[in-house]
Amino acid sequence: MKILVTVKEVAHVDDEFEIDGLGIDDRYVTYDLNEWDDYAVEAAVQIQEAGDDVEVVAVTIGDADTEDTIRQALAKGADRAIRVWDDALADAGLLDPETKARLIAAVAAEEDPDLVLTGVQSADDGFGATGVTLAEHLGFEWGAVVNALDLDREAGIAHVHRELEGSVEELTDVELPAVLTIQTGINEPRYASLRGIRQAQSKELAEYSLSDLDLTPADVESSLEQTDLYEPESESEATVFEGSAEETASELAGLLREKGVGS
Amino acid sequence: MTVLTVAEHRRGELRDVSLELLTAGRELADATGGELHTAVIGGDVEAFAERLNRVGVDAIHTVDEGEEFNHDVYTQVVTQLVEAVDPDLLVMPNSVNGLDYAPAVASRLDWPLVTDVVDLGYDDELTATRELYGSKVETTIDVHADRAAVTVRPAEWPVAEGSGDATVESFDADIDESAVRSTVTGFEEVGGGDVDITDADVLVSVGRGIEEEENLDMIFDLAETLDATVSASRPLIDNNWLEKDRQVGQSGSVVTPDVYIAIGISGAVQHVAGMKGSDTIVAINTDPNAPIFDIADYGIQDDLFDVVPALIEEFGG
Repeated sequence: MKILVTVKEVAHVDDEFEIDGLGIDDRYVTYDLNEWDDYAVEAAVQIQEAGDDVEVVAVTIGDADTEDTIRQALAKGADRAIRVWDDALADAGLLDPETKARLIAAVAAEEDPDLVLTGVQSADDGFGATGVTLAEHLGFEWGAVVNALDLDREAGIAHVHRELEGSVEELTDVELPAVLTIQTGINEPRYASLRGIRQAQSKELAEYSLSDLDLTPADVESSLEQTDLYEPESESEATVFEGSAEETASELAGLLREKGVGS
Repeated sequence: MTVLTVAEHRRGELRDVSLELLTAGRELADATGGELHTAVIGGDVEAFAERLNRVGVDAIHTVDEGEEFNHDVYTQVVTQLVEAVDPDLLVMPNSVNGLDYAPAVASRLDWPLVTDVVDLGYDDELTATRELYGSKVETTIDVHADRAAVTVRPAEWPVAEGSGDATVESFDADIDESAVRSTVTGFEEVGGGDVDITDADVLVSVGRGIEEEENLDMIFDLAETLDATVSASRPLIDNNWLEKDRQVGQSGSVVTPDVYIAIGISGAVQHVAGMKGSDTIVAINTDPNAPIFDIADYGIQDDLFDVVPALIEEFGG
């Protein structure tokens, strides 16, 4: 059995930041493995550890700078990794779910996985649509926002819980092959061990360009164009208590007593 | 332009977002001089159609297929409805179920999709506004296409009001059962422990800013001092530091206490959806730009590890 797990390096923006054109000034940005993908990697590795013949392949879309991030997936137990990048992608503008799905579908066409795990969404642009779009491209079944996964390999069915709104979960049986988008909290992602980190250095990390995937720059042109980026105007009407912690705590205590709290 | 929205229901209840989509859809239809259609798929479609018949709705399409949501059925039905109604814009909810079929529909139609939209405009072409980096910034996206699909964020548009005079038509979809390869087998309520945060008058609510599990002792001390109940935002539940029955937000509980004290909670939209109805909201957070201050009545922009002990002391704790 082969599991493809998609990972993304995401940007985290500092509390204080400056906008630079259509992006955030790089001085205020740090990069890390997307939180949701961390759970997806863990889910894949747990299946691999529970079975005899499971291969986990991590795939990412990103330039050479994202290698450290995909190595995290290798350090946590993925067997090998694929990084898709092409200068044409840097020029293509918005990498929307359709474009990303097209790229990953091309990888999946070569890898022929039984199961694809993605994060529900990415922490930076949060489209939350790449996994299901990918399923449609592959002709796979799917399940979005999965927070419990029980795989019956013999029957070819994933018994999943989908986390709906309002403390309700939907119980669904999904036929394989399938794409499942993994929600945070489904498991406890491991920290990479020192041994894992060492081993990751020698695991295979393949690089694919567009032409390697039989795609052309025209295939990654999106009809979505980002035209503006700005800080929303604060809607805050809060009364902000000023001063030292003792002073603000004292003011807040006065307010709470007024409201009948703690008295 | 002709706008088609798709309603959402679950376990016999039409969800409010269905009526919000009508408002969003009507605005776009008005801006371009077009019709607003809405569709409801499965369940008691006649009853749902009555509720969807609000001012500004031109046509309601009822599709009597199944009781509950199934993404394979929805994907097929919506794709066929688009062929029949021929809309320029397809509007779906940015809900857990919306994100389970909207991307498949858009991809099947080969239409661009913009998700989690908080504003829509039309000036020769569609423009959609969405948030990035956890609501720190907003971005505008121009859609260079004649037809497009969007999912809109719940609670951004008001629900459509009034009783309308839409035509109600039954739509016969042709479902390929062999392409229905997922089966919903049931629902499960989660949480249900000993703590009922929805019943509390005062909530001391804690978020990622608490940093370590052992720091929660301080929060429980404060709650005890104030005779309050401890609730939390999602990351603490994901980390198994607190039980699910303490989770405030979209996937947890909606709470409306007299006083809600948010400590180290940034105020992501999913959290705010669960507590914005509180009478008085107090926020303690180091980041003055945290979205929690947008809805707070009172704020302290300081380190919780300084403020919380001082507050406990104020109450003689």
